[in-house]
Amino acid sequence: MPKVTIVDDPANGTGKSIEVENGTTVIKAAARVGVEIPHFCYHPGLSVAGNCRMCLVEIEKMPKLAIACATQVSDGMVVHVNSPKALEARKAVLEFILINHPLDCPICDEAGECNLQDYTYSHGPGHSAFEEAKNKKPKRVPLGPNVVYDGERCILCSRCIRFMDEVAKDPTLTFVERGDRVYIDTFPGRELTNPYSMNVIDLCPVGALTNRDYRFKARVWETSSTESICQGCARGCNINVWVRNNEILRLTPRNNSDVNNYWICDSGRLESFRHVNSEERLNSPMIRKDGTLQEAGWDEALAHAADALKPFSKDEVAVIGSAYASVEDNYVLQKFARQVLGTSNIDFAAHVVEGSEDNFLIRADKTPNAYGAREVGVVSPKGVDISRIFDLIGSGRIKALYVMDDDIVTGKEVEDLLAKLDVLIVNHWVSTKTTQLADVVFPSATFAEKFGTYVNFLGRVQLAKPAVATLEQERVPGRFNVSRLDKFGSAFDRWNKGPRRNVRSSWEIVSAIGSLLGGKMRYDSAQKVFDEIAQSVPGFRGMSYAKLGDRGALLKKSKEEAMVR
Amino acid sequence: MTSNRNGKSGPKLTLWEKLYFPEIIHGMSITIRAFFRPKFTRQYPEERWVPPPVFRGRPVLVLEDETRVERCVACGLCARVCPSLAIDVQAAETELDKERYPERFEINMLRCIFCGFCEEVCPEEAIVMSQDFEMTFSNPKEAIFGKDRLLTPASSLKDRLEFLKQYR
Repeated sequence: MPKVTIVDDPANGTGKSIEVENGTTVIKAAARVGVEIPHFCYHPGLSVAGNCRMCLVEIEKMPKLAIACATQVSDGMVVHVNSPKALEARKAVLEFILINHPLDCPICDEAGECNLQDYTYSHGPGHSAFEEAKNKKPKRVPLGPNVVYDGERCILCSRCIRFMDEVAKDPTLTFVERGDRVYIDTFPGRELTNPYSMNVIDLCPVGALTNRDYRFKARVWETSSTESICQGCARGCNINVWVRNNEILRLTPRNNSDVNNYWICDSGRLESFRHVNSEERLNSPMIRKDGTLQEAGWDEALAHAADALKPFSKDEVAVIGSAYASVEDNYVLQKFARQVLGTSNIDFAAHVVEGSEDNFLIRADKTPNAYGAREVGVVSPKGVDISRIFDLIGSGRIKALYVMDDDIVTGKEVEDLLAKLDVLIVNHWVSTKTTQLADVVFPSATFAEKFGTYVNFLGRVQLAKPAVATLEQERVPGRFNVSRLDKFGSAFDRWNKGPRRNVRSSWEIVSAIGSLLGGKMRYDSAQKVFDEIAQSVPGFRGMSYAKLGDRGALLKKSKEEAMVR
Repeated sequence: MTSNRNGKSGPKLTLWEKLYFPEIIHGMSITIRAFFRPKFTRQYPEERWVPPPVFRGRPVLVLEDETRVERCVACGLCARVCPSLAIDVQAAETELDKERYPERFEINMLRCIFCGFCEEVCPEEAIVMSQDFEMTFSNPKEAIFGKDRLLTPASSLKDRLEFLKQYR
């Protein structure tokens, strides 16, 4: 294996050495020793184009500067990343790129997370020798329903074109015109409607491609970003949740080569967080009095629910978990069912849309945690699955039902069945048909308001962190990722006036009812629940939040079995 | 040793000072001399002071005279640089060429410390320090100035804009 030395500090000539595989490029070898070589067109998820010339470095025994993204290492190579010659070249490249760049950072949404801005600040010349008028190009062009293009800001790195060609495999974008008039457009008659089209927004190193949904909503430095897991389907893509004023403004993909690489689909990005901000959010526990649901306090509602469940024998109750809820919620629910209620009438509702999957990321199963729910035991060994539970409700054998974090009303028949129940207790985040039929309703926390793990369809356990504060959970550093405004603002500031909802995690609600009914289930935090899961459920053995980290961990089961599913 | 009410010893007085009356007369002579000097007192509020352009009064948003459109593009730099977090901006899209405008722009004048950083950082010369220093509020909510009270025609800010052009 060739050994390469990367010298990033010209004052310290020794640099860092590393052995890499044959064919590794200099930019990758440098990244591996923690040296970032500035670049625009290079992206680890795409092919090498080598057109921006930003990654020029000085390599010993080479007559000219070479681009780090396309130069492969050879044994004994010594690379000077920040030598005077390399810095001079980078300065010239930046001055060249900036000739026709409008420098409209105050208007541009990318400001604050813009590569061009950052590199101009760290490597740029600080002035321009160009006195002529800048080129005019198409501005504010909607390339598709979700993406707006600004030709003047574009530095023509071709990342978006390569993404559509290579990753989405749907060539839609191309360069048009020649010379300094080049800009990017869709092929005639085409629109950027690919289900992965919005990845070009994250790829764009400048603000040329912007998100129509997020456009001008906030500055990046006002928002906090939290590591989470997409709830759109069973893939469980890794995402960052961007929050300002306690409101989710956008989702962006987070790199995890085991799950989603650098990408997420548009529907996950746009739809999978809407329920968190929804106007329909439940904001208080509710008890049915005189035929209508009326708001009640937590203690009152919990006691009411416990009393309502008490008179029924183990065959008269059933419990329905949720593939939308976290592993912790489902674990506590099945423990509640088995140990407190003593029943094994337990299952969850599947939400599979046949034929909606593709061979890239999108799965037919539209829930993030079906595997996890099954794994922790939200499944009946006696075959009392959800359709059998409905049958038993119909025949009057099951009289009480607990539904957690799911809307099980799929049609009129189910609605009529649920009306037959003596007691229906429901946890959910928004008002649904199921909550409208319930006797007791608990507002539960969404994925963005709690620590929770989710198991994707391949059996990868992944952690989502809370990004939105609730009434009981303050946005405090240490527990939350916080923005500057969160850190320094006071409760009286306008930007701290976002809605704080009166919700609790489902595991909290279920364990509270369980305790009232004499069960031994008291947990301080989701982490404590997970620690218990790690001890009692074989698939999770030895796991902890700290060990899951950024990439998650596979269930201790054969991977093959997971692949067959 | 003499001691005052706090129990601390006061300055030691000479015999001349202890005599008391000579010092009173000395003090009165200073007062009487001031009668014949020019007067500096201003009869506020009947007689008002117009501050020079260098003065930093409350920050205002510049409204273009012809177009009646604010210069501000809601970039949020003023809010970012504000050391007392007094400024809150919400941007939105506009059909105008500038693409972006402040849907909401609020300055909490109880927080503002008149440092002028917002004016200095503004890339559009859209927020400037006016000559207005007379502000009264009867409750904290009133102290939050929205666009209605911030927008000021450029013609009435001529002095300051001229000053900025010259010295910045």
